[in-house]
Amino acid sequence: MKVLVPVKRVVDFNVKVRVRPDGSGVDLQNVKMAMNPFDEIAVEEALRLREAGKASEIVVVSVGPAQAAETIRTGLAMGADRGILVKSDFSTEPLGVAKALRAVVEAEQPRLVILGKQAIDDDCNQTGQMLAALLGWPQATFASKLVIEGDAATVTREVDGGHETLALTLPAIVTTDLRLNEPRYASLPNIMKAKKKPIDEKTPEELGVDLTPRLKVLKVVEPKGQRSGTRVATVAELVDKLKNEAQVL
Amino acid sequence: MTTLLIAEHDNGSLKEPTARALTAALAIGGDVQVLVAGKDCGAAAAEAARLAGVTKVLHAESDALAHQLAEPLAALIVALAAPYDAIVAAATSTGKNTMPRVAALLDVMQVSDVTGVVAADTFERPIYAGNAIETVQSPEAKRVLTVRSSAFKAAEAGGAAAVEPVDAAAAVAAGSAFVGAEIARLERPELTSARIVVSGGRAFQSAENFRKYLEPLADKLGAAIGASRAAVDAGYAPNDYQVGQTGKVVAPDLYIACGISGAIQHLAGMKDAKVIVAINKDPDAPIFQVADYGLVGDVFTLLPEFEKAL
Ligand SMILES: Cc1cc2nc3c(=O)[nH]c(=O)nc-3n(C[C@@H](O)[C@H](O)[C@H](O)COP(=O)(O)OP(=O)(O)OC[C@H]3O[C@@H](n4cnc5c(N)ncnc54)[C@H](O)[C@@H]3O)c2cc1C
Ligand SMILES: Cc1cc2nc3c(=O)[nH]c(=O)nc-3n(C[C@H](O)[C@H](O)[C@H](O)COP(=O)(O)OP(=O)(O)OC[C@H]3O[C@@H](n4cnc5c(N)ncnc54)[C@H](O)[C@@H]3O)c2cc1C
Repeated sequence: MKVLVPVKRVVDFNVKVRVRPDGSGVDLQNVKMAMNPFDEIAVEEALRLREAGKASEIVVVSVGPAQAAETIRTGLAMGADRGILVKSDFSTEPLGVAKALRAVVEAEQPRLVILGKQAIDDDCNQTGQMLAALLGWPQATFASKLVIEGDAATVTREVDGGHETLALTLPAIVTTDLRLNEPRYASLPNIMKAKKKPIDEKTPEELGVDLTPRLKVLKVVEPKGQRSGTRVATVAELVDKLKNEAQVL
Repeated sequence: MTTLLIAEHDNGSLKEPTARALTAALAIGGDVQVLVAGKDCGAAAAEAARLAGVTKVLHAESDALAHQLAEPLAALIVALAAPYDAIVAAATSTGKNTMPRVAALLDVMQVSDVTGVVAADTFERPIYAGNAIETVQSPEAKRVLTVRSSAFKAAEAGGAAAVEPVDAAAAVAAGSAFVGAEIARLERPELTSARIVVSGGRAFQSAENFRKYLEPLADKLGAAIGASRAAVDAGYAPNDYQVGQTGKVVAPDLYIACGISGAIQHLAGMKDAKVIVAINKDPDAPIFQVADYGLVGDVFTLLPEFEKAL
């Protein structure tokens, strides 16, 4: 079984981004980039399926600028077999990405696509569901457990209030939640090996998709809300402030 | 202009995020109709009809809709979509699961997690874990939105809309089936709508301590309990307690962060609280930078004291 894992290049989760003073967006110059953490979990899950003899080949794919090849390399260094880069200079939107991924799925014919549940930059939480809709495949989002038996996937999902378990018939789409697994670190030999693994480049035109964004960003601003930051010395003082100053008790 | 609001319910009753998303839907302007799609969900439909501002309730019944699976629910919404200018749902786990599927089938780019309605086609939403707020305009003929419920007040009761049965034939299960669920029965207020939230982090060291020190305080305050990801990952608290960028987003009147360092991913889930209290033994913990009131000290001595002082 072939598994496809879409991976996105995002600002590293440790970075606190700054809004450009002119309100045109977020300053991404010289900011550390990394693979979206949920996508590391997706790659890890695919690797575990291969180690369990359930997956035969793992293909990582990214839609983005030339530098997204680095993100693909990260996936290859973790252990994926090969990469596909769909080169786009547009800032991508989930609908466009999902259309590009559909074209890749049609060419590659995987039985399973594992995506992150959300990218930590735009927090859209859409791409996997959109891809499932475009392909007419079943979906299990926010997965915390995945079991594959033949043509069936049993997926436990994190939902409001607890967990839910679904049975899917492959081919299917799964999106990862935080507690699905702990992604491995790439070892030095594997990082070296990854340099020789192939990355195939495609253009949106070759795939017949239009990645032009639909939504128009009018402005980006800092969130409001400066806090007083009062230090209180005792519990008694805290309770007094909450009752009399903040009036929330 | 007409908006279709997708109700969040458990068949037996309507969930609060519906009333909050209704406030956002009303802000778009025009008529708002509510779709209650489920199995034996008449009571939820009747409740939706009583929300002020709703002009009509569409009631869809089907076995395939019993568990709100994305495939049949999205297919039904798409089948009903023609007359509407906007389709709105709360950004709950059901809304997040279903709406992008609807959007893709309609060939529309969705606007996720709306926190403000600027105009009928223009919305505010947080990006980068809430470190920036983006204003986006959607030129789509039909707008598909999910709404962050903590950003909107719940609409009041007081309406009397008609409930109209609709054909649910389009709701066909496709490749997925419900196996089971483990939903915790909450004795406390629901995290995302509670007026007060008491939240615990890695500091508690065990599930036992987490309960022993946080529950009495939460009980006294009538508060919901939340947790950092570190506390959830370590097994001190169930996964649906997680507050943050990748957990629940809360905006209570009072948020009390106990033994939580204040990572940006955690702040993303609580920084819109009206009043924030931080209790942490490290005077330099970043959580103090977003707190209104900071108390430096050990949670194991301060929380019992706090509880007694109330
Ligand atoms: C008008 C406009 C301007 C923008 N400007 C900028 C900008 O200046 N800079 C910027 O960084 N972003 C910008 N964006 C954001 C845009 O590039 C996002 O990538 C896009 O909205 C996807 O959302 P998401 O990543 O949150 O998707 P989600 O649906 O949250 O992603 C979920 C999963 O889908 C997969 N996935 C998502 N995207 C890709 C991808 N490209 N390749 C492979 N897999 C993927 C991953 O598995 C990921 O975990 C802009 C967006 C718009 C609409
Ligand atoms: C992709 C991604 C998504 C994430 N999403 C989330 C999310 O949604 N929500 C979230 O919370 N995190 C999230 N995180 C994790 C986040 O980065 C932090 O690791 C996490 O919030 C830390 O939890 P904590 O504050 O409990 O633990 P720590 O950072 O370890 O802090 C513990 C704090 O307790 C204090 N302390 C210790 N003992 C005591 C005591 N006896 N009395 C008083 N204080 C004490 C310490 O001084 C310290 O400040 C995410 C991370 C990633 C990479």
